[in-house]
Amino acid sequence: MSGAEFLLWMRGPGISFAALFFIAGVVLRLIEILMLGRTKNLAELRGSGSTAGMRTIATRFLPADANTFRRSLPTIVLGYLFHIGLFVVIFLLTPHIKLFQSVFHIGWPGLPTPVVDFFTVVALVSMLGLLWRRVSNRLLRFLSTGEDYLSWAVTFMPLLTGYLSYHHLLLPYSWMLGIHILSVALLLVIFPFTKLMHSFTLFIARYYNGAIAGEKGVQQ
Amino acid sequence: MTQPSLEKGVNILREQIDGPVAAFFSSCVHCGMCAEACLFYTETGDPKYTPIHKLEPMRRLWEREFTFAGRIKKWLGLAPPISDEELEQWQPVVYDSCTLCGRCSMVCPVGNDITYMIRRMREGMAASGNAPQGLIGATTRAVKLGSPMGVKLATLEAQARHVKISTGLDVPFDEEGAEYMVVLSSMEVVNYPEYLEAITRIFHEAGKRWTISTEAFEATNSGIQIGVSDIAAELVGRIVAAAEKLQVKTVITPECGHAYTALRWEGPNLIGRPFLFKVRHILEVLDDLREQGLLQTSGMENDRITFHDPCQLVRRGGVVDPPRNLLNMVSNNFVEMEDHGTMNWCCGAGGGVSANEAADEIRLKAFKRKKAQLESLEVETLVTACANCRIQLEEGIEENEMEIPVVGITEMLAAHLVEHPSSDEGEQP
Ligand code: SF4
Ligand code: SF4
Repeated sequence: MSGAEFLLWMRGPGISFAALFFIAGVVLRLIEILMLGRTKNLAELRGSGSTAGMRTIATRFLPADANTFRRSLPTIVLGYLFHIGLFVVIFLLTPHIKLFQSVFHIGWPGLPTPVVDFFTVVALVSMLGLLWRRVSNRLLRFLSTGEDYLSWAVTFMPLLTGYLSYHHLLLPYSWMLGIHILSVALLLVIFPFTKLMHSFTLFIARYYNGAIAGEKGVQQ
Repeated sequence: MTQPSLEKGVNILREQIDGPVAAFFSSCVHCGMCAEACLFYTETGDPKYTPIHKLEPMRRLWEREFTFAGRIKKWLGLAPPISDEELEQWQPVVYDSCTLCGRCSMVCPVGNDITYMIRRMREGMAASGNAPQGLIGATTRAVKLGSPMGVKLATLEAQARHVKISTGLDVPFDEEGAEYMVVLSSMEVVNYPEYLEAITRIFHEAGKRWTISTEAFEATNSGIQIGVSDIAAELVGRIVAAAEKLQVKTVITPECGHAYTALRWEGPNLIGRPFLFKVRHILEVLDDLREQGLLQTSGMENDRITFHDPCQLVRRGGVVDPPRNLLNMVSNNFVEMEDHGTMNWCCGAGGGVSANEAADEIRLKAFKRKKAQLESLEVETLVTACANCRIQLEEGIEENEMEIPVVGITEMLAAHLVEHPSSDEGEQP
């Protein structure tokens, strides 16, 4: 198989299959959660749970207060850098936007490639920092499971291979791009069965947390 | 309590897994931020006290039975079932080192309400026979004697006689149609009778009709702390029956954190229907009286004072402003701790920890957090609104050779109460 054939296959059936698997998996997981529901609160409520729930979805993007921020400083800073970098790379790189456009028929303006390139480096470096903390910090090492490392690896690979292919490093371009798409496919397939699901479920979690507190009149 | 067994425990734990629990477990990214919010971790540095880790057996049950991948793992024999040994091993982290304070739930970036889950996990622990002895004892006394500390009506009546002697006022028992029915915590009756005297005088001045039921005067609820909803419901049911019999408008819970949560927030859900009366914390009632001008005080405390927020009242209960409004009424030197209000640090003794001897050592270790807060403030008096916090604060302060008196808000207010000669009984001045 030539590099061009490999790339063609990955671009076509390879990634399509992975994407379908991803969608089915995510929907299944969300149904598993939402089906369980929450029993109605019979106490005399002090505030609207749904309003507070929606509010908490937004407020939890920021740390609770300055002292919380201080206490978990490296985790929070690296976490932000990584997530911002990842977001920019996925959604603001022009070739990615073109791909979304071909599937969903909606597009949006991207950032100049060198800027995205910079954010890729930010994401990669902060991910290395997060991994370093996971293995070196006593608390994080204790909490970490195989799944944490697996999730890290399948997220890191697309970033790395994307970076390498853009800079024409290591392998011929078509091979590297093919491997990049392969790594994305792997990410998509593994996604629904790991903590990567938090990208979707955190909205449900925050909503419930905020609603439970808001019904008691506690604002978060 | 019925005969516990592993099977019962697992069945009950399974029933506890609802949408929020599934969303929370699905979302955890193992970032460790909840640990930094938990005083049992910050004061020991031991990662096993990480809040989300306290739930590992429950998380495994959820994964095994409520997720697609987990069911496959279970089928392949890769997800062993929960064992008695495992639950027993988790007892110290689920009970001894969690006060259900709710601080972890405030900081989790994905929004997990970890405390909500620990409260639920205890249901499975208790049903499987893995609750601590101290809590089992307190719960048994609460069911049989009506009080976790075994305080009897006669003790309360004796306190009422003392109130009569020192104030000339009657503590009204079993008065039908009163506006308020007051419930008390055993700790208050035994250790802080000042409270009873304070409310007697305050309600008298406010011209409010109130009463105490001889059938249900205990406000605390061990069933909630140990995690047996049936018992919690029975204890709540006693108060509900008494309040409905006396046809009171409002039941007032005392200076106790979990009693408020038990009656105000869990109560109706435990008995499966809304109450026919309102439930208010004494601080909410006092704050209302203040607003209506029915609580008049004179003079100011000049001591530098601060307020320790009882977790169940403030962070988990939503009574945030009343204590502050009330303190500002009688103090011109009230300062806040660095982390206060909904972000306050627990005293270390809530959630049944104080009733559990196995937790004695870690409880006093956890107090170091409060100690650090107090030391940085250099206050002369510490005010709180929970008898359980107060005992822990007093013990911790003594243990650490500090000298800070601890006072309840209600009695502090009563000390400044403007009193009118009681010749025209019940009439408003
Ligand atoms: S803070 Fe939340 S996401 Fe982080 S480890 Fe704790 S429960 Fe998990
Ligand atoms: S509720 Fe409080 S004591 Fe319990 S785990 Fe959370 S922070 Fe720690």
